[in-house]
Amino acid sequence: MFPKWFDKWNKDNPTNIFGPAILVGVAGSAIFAAALIVTWGNPAQTASLQTGPRGTGMSVPEFNVARVAPDPTIEDYYTEEPYVPEGGEPLAKDVYENVQVLGDLTEDNFNRVMLAMTQWVSPDEGCTYCHGDADVSEYGADDLYTKVVSRRMIQMTQAINDDWYGHVNAADEVGVNCYTCHRGEHVPSDIWFRISPVNENVEGWSANQNRATSLSQSTSLPSDALAKYLEEGEVIAVHSLDSREAGVPGVDGYASIQDTERTYSLMNYFANSLGVNCVFCHNSRAFYDGGQNTPQWSTASLGIAMVLDLNETYLIPLKDTYPAERLGPIYADAPKVACRTCHKGYQRPLQGMNMTADWPELAAPGAPVYE
Amino acid sequence: MIEYQNIFTQVQVQGKTEWGMDDSGELSAERAGKPFFSKLMGLFGNAQIGPINIGSYGVISCICFMIWFNIVGFSMLAQVGWSVPEFIRQLFWLALEPPGPEYGLSMPPLNDGGAFIIAGMFFLGGCVTWWLRTYQLAQQHKMGKHLAWAFAALLWLVLVLGLIRPVLMGSWSEAVPYGIFAHLDWTTAFSIRYGNLYYNPFHCLSIVFLYGSVLLFAMHGGTILAVTRYGGDRELEQIFDRGTATERAALFWRWTMGFNATMEGIHRWAWWFAVLTPITGGIGILLTGTVVDNWFIWAQEHNFAPMYDGAYGYEDYGSYEAFIGKEN
Repeated sequence: MFPKWFDKWNKDNPTNIFGPAILVGVAGSAIFAAALIVTWGNPAQTASLQTGPRGTGMSVPEFNVARVAPDPTIEDYYTEEPYVPEGGEPLAKDVYENVQVLGDLTEDNFNRVMLAMTQWVSPDEGCTYCHGDADVSEYGADDLYTKVVSRRMIQMTQAINDDWYGHVNAADEVGVNCYTCHRGEHVPSDIWFRISPVNENVEGWSANQNRATSLSQSTSLPSDALAKYLEEGEVIAVHSLDSREAGVPGVDGYASIQDTERTYSLMNYFANSLGVNCVFCHNSRAFYDGGQNTPQWSTASLGIAMVLDLNETYLIPLKDTYPAERLGPIYADAPKVACRTCHKGYQRPLQGMNMTADWPELAAPGAPVYE
Repeated sequence: MIEYQNIFTQVQVQGKTEWGMDDSGELSAERAGKPFFSKLMGLFGNAQIGPINIGSYGVISCICFMIWFNIVGFSMLAQVGWSVPEFIRQLFWLALEPPGPEYGLSMPPLNDGGAFIIAGMFFLGGCVTWWLRTYQLAQQHKMGKHLAWAFAALLWLVLVLGLIRPVLMGSWSEAVPYGIFAHLDWTTAFSIRYGNLYYNPFHCLSIVFLYGSVLLFAMHGGTILAVTRYGGDRELEQIFDRGTATERAALFWRWTMGFNATMEGIHRWAWWFAVLTPITGGIGILLTGTVVDNWFIWAQEHNFAPMYDGAYGYEDYGSYEAFIGKEN
């Protein structure tokens, strides 16, 4: 199909065109890809939150896609401003029977709180989830476990906002209400039960680790970190605070490698629960040194004490109140809370939305203070 | 294709199989396996596979390693309730752990670290007899013992990790578990527990020799390949009968950086760098927990780790609201 002179010239001048073709193809593709990245930008851009002095690498990086995306549960949050009492309104304890915790609320505000709770915890069932199918006049009865638990949870919410003000309002006015944990579900996500030992036919430290579980964050670290530190209150710190400290591992508080792995497991849980890394709280060159830790470390330490208190005072004692299906699958233990139950992967629950602004009734025990 | 940059060996020799020398008349009795040629293996090294020397040390070593391997494997299998699918699924997570610290240096129950102690003894036996094998074979070949001493450097590190340091610490719980992720967890926990191992000067030295070995290996391999066309791959002949290959290689480096190794010296440097990696590493681990319990504080006491000037400057770091795009 080509002119004879062309075919003849090709025949007389044999050339390997594959080598140059591959070279041009590879180089051309690289230039094309480079041009795309230069003109359109990196498709997976990140931004970093600085957490320590410059040059130390202390920052929390996050992909922009996840960073600026709002928490999807924020949209479903129901809230309503309080009716500020002008004096003389009837109080809930006088109008209704068996109002043990919220009795000092005016009738309007009491019903406002009750309605909001159905939106936060049982949006489909409404009042019947706790009060059953009974007539409104029977709502004072404590027949259902859901109502008994709810009462205790209201007290817990008030205690969190009041006793643990320093944690839940550490950097900003945030606080908690039912929705912080429940997010429209009867049982909050990210509660936890005891699962250790996780290995069969072995005892001790061989039995509590080296399995990918929900409580080991899918690592091979111990699966009993939450139980030991956030329920039994064991010591988390493992470091020697002098360059030389005589001791035998496991004797008189000289921490062992195994203790360190368990602490590391807990720290992994913290990081995943808040969507951060080690250097959000620590200067990783000296994890133990309070002088180099960030302010977040203090907030988190308070959070550890808070979780211990909530589990011990409120959640574990409810064990006998729950029906069997609400208890742990292995040890039939009561459901417990930890960081992720509220934080759900965010530095601040619901990305720092103020959860007590409209709900002074839940901000402290006793009669609410409206402003 | 640029032939001289090929990653595979370019020349394969295949013919009558080579049985090796037998000056004493006894060596071939211990040689087993009918030798054969593999084109695939020839791409990486010698195309001839076998025969292999069966010495008593080699046999003992293989038996020891096999027992160790089986104790570890069956312990893992027992931990998943003898479920093979679960064993495969969790293989990288599973491990045979040392006993807990409560047992100190005593013999724990089999299911609480006892199996680890027994497996460890066989592992140690396997390592030591393999070292004896390298020494004995070098002796039989009337070679220097360089390889045996290099392997002994590794043996030192293994002994420190699994025997010497646990004994000095008074607890088998300090030994390294047998497991893929578990031994990595141990490494991290070891560094964290003892206040950041990066401030351990022997750890620093070990890293220097490790990366130095890599650098020397790359420089040497590159240099020899580059002068192979002048006979540079006949390195030992070039030591005493220096030819144009050596001249060119030496000139290249001397003109590049003012100094060059010799055909002899480069091998001494490479050997020492490789051998010093586990020797210094082992010293660093041996000192940890026995002499120094917090390397960062130790480094500060020895003016090795500086403190910051104290100004953290939190006000300039930016707010959480700005970070999640709620303001600005």
